[in-house]
Amino acid sequence: MTELAQKIKIMKGAAPDLSAATYQIFDESHTMGNALRWLLMKNPKVEFCGYSVPHPSENLIQLRIQMYDRLSSLDALLEALSHLDDVCSSIEDKYRASLAGGQYERWQENS
Amino acid sequence: MVGFDPKRHVGVHPERVSNISSTDFPGHDPGQDNAWNLAKFQQRLIVRVERLSNRSIDFDLVGVDASIANAFRRILIAEVPTVCIERVYIWCNTSVIADEVLAHRLGLIPLDVDPAFLDAKDSQNGQATDRNTLVFRLKVACERRKNAPRDATDPNVLFTHSEVLSSQLEWVPQGEQASAMAANLPASTNPNIVLAKLRPGQEIDMEVHAVKGVGKDHAKFSPVATASYRLLPEIILNPAKPVPPDLAEKFQKCFSPSVIRVHPQTKKVSVDKKSARFESMSREVYRHPEFEGCVQLARVRDHFLFCIESEGFYPPERLLPEAVQVMRTKIATLRRAAEALLNDTNANEDAEMAET
Repeated sequence: MTELAQKIKIMKGAAPDLSAATYQIFDESHTMGNALRWLLMKNPKVEFCGYSVPHPSENLIQLRIQMYDRLSSLDALLEALSHLDDVCSSIEDKYRASLAGGQYERWQENS
Repeated sequence: MVGFDPKRHVGVHPERVSNISSTDFPGHDPGQDNAWNLAKFQQRLIVRVERLSNRSIDFDLVGVDASIANAFRRILIAEVPTVCIERVYIWCNTSVIADEVLAHRLGLIPLDVDPAFLDAKDSQNGQATDRNTLVFRLKVACERRKNAPRDATDPNVLFTHSEVLSSQLEWVPQGEQASAMAANLPASTNPNIVLAKLRPGQEIDMEVHAVKGVGKDHAKFSPVATASYRLLPEIILNPAKPVPPDLAEKFQKCFSPSVIRVHPQTKKVSVDKKSARFESMSREVYRHPEFEGCVQLARVRDHFLFCIESEGFYPPERLLPEAVQVMRTKIATLRRAAEALLNDTNANEDAEMAET
């Protein structure tokens, strides 16, 4: 529990209903930050979403989410995470299908 | 220009680029629904392997945002684990190469070890066990060959072990390792890496420990030599201003070979769709005033041409699935943390309700 609580922290100044909040996500970088920002911005209920890496020597990102209609940004974040998982599985399925199809050029490279 | 779609294309101009950022977000265009839709995404998504060799793979990823393509590129370089030499215990090193330089060289050797066999070792206070550490022994001494010809000058003829090669790393199985790794014995992927040079009387004797790690900790752990992508080039000819037939060959030479086709009789120019990906985007065509308005260079914003060169254990075709796996593990960790946060906030609300 303590280990999981360390992964994400809601920063001071968030709305009590979490309709606007900044999340500190530890041990993550642009890799997750930018991908999550894209999927959150795809959500019509999200008014604003942005992320930053406050300092290169601190291994954390800050993700800001503001919602319309006083909805919870935490719900939107969870939804974006599940959509991102769908993206990953779709890409992997199509990649494996293409690899199995064998419709590509094969060649030899000397090392 | 006709054919240039700012939603789909990134414009390439003589001295600048235009329409760089994606605009496929809800609320950007009135009357257009850009909300996330898995069925639509899957319909548009294309992943197509183009070329595969024993060392590298080229594939197209079409229909995703740059943030997703970049996530996979970053994970391939920095977060797919491999096994590398991390600790070197030197008993004896009388060669001319300094201990720390030799230790660094050893660290950079790509090892042919499946990272799935090992657990990640806690770098600070973790105990080395047979589940997280591989042990190799390197014991080489150089001696003069008694029967070498008198006029020989080649060190390989004059001395034994004048070069220390990566193939001389001798694996010392620990605990269960001997049976678990019997199918593919741990060794350097390339047996001919020169680690040091010795002369008669010089000797190297050391024990080295290899552990599992990721590229963001040290570049030696990166499973790829390069992992990169670029956007598909598109050459848009202006139907309103065709290239003059007498200049067709000159026009063709402004582009990479095979990209522009010229009809043998009519001298009409057209773009070879299949070869467009080989265009270098040199923008040479923009330097000639006679071609002004004839053509517009662009890149397709959601068509990524990936090129991944494998270095080390993974065959090139296994790298992307590994990266996807790492990404999904990160997502699962984040989701557990977010769910815990949701339960916490709900519990706090309940507590506040109970107080009032």
